Amino acid sequence: MKPIKVIKIAWLALLKSKIRSLLTMLGIIIGVAAVIIMIAISAGTEATIQEQITGLGSNLIYVSASFGRAGPGSDFNSGGLVYDDAFAIADQINGVAGVVVEQSSTQSIKAGDISLDSVTIMGTTADFPSVRDMEITSGRYFTQEEIDRTTSIAVLGSSLAEELFGDQDPFGETITVGGNIRLTVVGVFDEKGMVGDVDYDSRLYTPITIVLEKLTNNQFSRFMGDRVRLIYVEVDESVGSEGERTLDDVIYQIELLLAKRHDVTLDEPDFTITTQQDIITTQESTTAAFRSLLAWVAGVSLIVGGIGIMNIMLVSVTERTREIGIRQSVGATPNDIRWQFLTEALLLSLIGGLIGVTVGVIGSWVFGEASGMRTVIVASSVLLAFGSAATVGIFFGFYPANQAAQLDPIEALRYE
Amino acid sequence: MKNRKPIIDGRDLVKIYQMGEFEVRALDGASIQVQEGEFVAIMGPSGSGKSTLMNLLGCLMSPTSGEYFLDGEDVSDLDQVELAQIRNQKLGFIFQSYNLLARTPALQNVILPLFYNRTSRLTDEEQQDKATNMLDAVGLGDRIYHEPQELSGGQQQRVSIARALVNDPVMVLADEPTGNLDSKSGAELMELLVSLNKQGTTIVMVTHDPAIAEYTNRTIHLLDGKVEREVKNGKEHK
Ligand SMILES: Nc1ncnc2c1ncn2[C@@H]1O[C@H](COP(=O)(O)OP(=O)(O)O)[C@@H](O)[C@H]1O
Ligand SMILES: [Mg+2]
Repeated sequence: MKPIKVIKIAWLALLKSKIRSLLTMLGIIIGVAAVIIMIAISAGTEATIQEQITGLGSNLIYVSASFGRAGPGSDFNSGGLVYDDAFAIADQINGVAGVVVEQSSTQSIKAGDISLDSVTIMGTTADFPSVRDMEITSGRYFTQEEIDRTTSIAVLGSSLAEELFGDQDPFGETITVGGNIRLTVVGVFDEKGMVGDVDYDSRLYTPITIVLEKLTNNQFSRFMGDRVRLIYVEVDESVGSEGERTLDDVIYQIELLLAKRHDVTLDEPDFTITTQQDIITTQESTTAAFRSLLAWVAGVSLIVGGIGIMNIMLVSVTERTREIGIRQSVGATPNDIRWQFLTEALLLSLIGGLIGVTVGVIGSWVFGEASGMRTVIVASSVLLAFGSAATVGIFFGFYPANQAAQLDPIEALRYE
Repeated sequence: MKNRKPIIDGRDLVKIYQMGEFEVRALDGASIQVQEGEFVAIMGPSGSGKSTLMNLLGCLMSPTSGEYFLDGEDVSDLDQVELAQIRNQKLGFIFQSYNLLARTPALQNVILPLFYNRTSRLTDEEQQDKATNMLDAVGLGDRIYHEPQELSGGQQQRVSIARALVNDPVMVLADEPTGNLDSKSGAELMELLVSLNKQGTTIVMVTHDPAIAEYTNRTIHLLDGKVEREVKNGKEHK
């Protein structure tokens, strides 16, 4: 018998009970949609993390203070990393393009009549714009000399500038921070957007010395003095290319330098060095685990969908016993009957799969819009989901189809 | 009468149903011959083996023992696939309860045997034409798109006759074809069968109604799974 005819017969049979066909497909629809949406969510998360990491600037090394030397337990127990270490690294290590130290504080600020609560005041150093890929649109950034002299100046993030001054040029305006510290605006950053969770545009940037010396009102922080928790080192682009020192070289040089400055051995350092690549690797393994968990959940729902198909097909074989008998009496062979029911199961799962893909694609988008999470539809996930739906259909359709094929014509014709 | 070839030649047919420990000898050595062009009625009390005989003759099952030649071919010992093909090519069935596919237009019901026909491969259009002609021949040319539930019992039975004839079978088997019909439609249906028989169709029919049996050439009486006697019917039809 021609396959096209078998498909036509199966199609007509499904059309005869549309509601039931739809209900049968529901499991497959949900399963396929779940696969696509879940993979879209995990792919979106992955892309966000990736962007966040690269958004920090390329070729970054993070030097962070280890806990331990001053005794565990305190949040401010930042090992031995100090502000001057950053400059030692910048001056003495070859292959370093820039060094940034950040210290932030949350304050209320005031400019003219406008007051804002909980603004992040970022104390940074001179290399900050280049290491973080930030552009100045108007005015300028501050120099190392101004940092050294604890000059009371500020550079504004784009949305903060807009909020405080609207269309006006903020250059030369005064902002009062934390009630009594007055900073003069010298520049405004271009829009950067969100990088991960961080909104770079709503912040106020000022020399790190201002934050360290004037805005850390916590007694213990003052005691900590110029200790810092993290130094960003941007590595020169030539590092790692042919004939140049490798990244590992640069890291080793930094380790030697800091060990000497802190008077510790490399076996028991009071700092940790992490590269961008380390972070990416960690994140990738986390998201891979997340993704495989989601894949399992989705896979299980597909199997449940398949069992649904089998269940309804079995009921359908019983209900249509008479029909099977009639077909047998006019010459349908066991194989004809088997193929008819198998094709019905396959059609159900393929159509269910198609609807599931549609629901999954739309659902991913809607979910992304509603939750604010990023979703990325992965083409291979669509194929995977669709393929598994078809497999599930054949697998779970086989048993009922066999039951139908084995019916005795006489019994089937007598069935009421 | 000229020498006609036998369509049915069944010898010593035995059918035993196994009911747990018990054996039911539904057919117990019945022999039956039907010649081409004959119209034969099978009668007998309930439980005498009429349906069993029809199922055997209709190749819906095989005998426990005995030989059955259909149209010169030994079909006593075929498998399910071969039996299905014989049913498709050589036989047409008419059931008491019509057995049409529900919610399926008359035309599609009549096409069904063509659909499973492996030897004559007709195109879709040829199939439709042939089925339409068959429905015309049984007087339903204007009802081909009606579904069974939209047709009267007599009309439904005529659809099933069209279906039985569409593959040009060597014989039509009818099990109580008038059993569900009122006497008027029953008589009309018998007139139709008689006229088909006059055009050359061999028909074997089970009935319990002597008046219905009167329409045929010959009546075979069964009793306890054996042929009790055969009677020639004299009633003449126009
Ligand atoms: N599938 C079956 N299993 C067991 N016994 C059966 C079966 N079919 C028929 N019989 C028995 O075989 C005998 C003949 O039945 P049947 O051929 O239906 O007779 P009729 O059609 O003349 O009433 C009866 O005794 C019946 O109970
Ligand atoms: Mg009976």
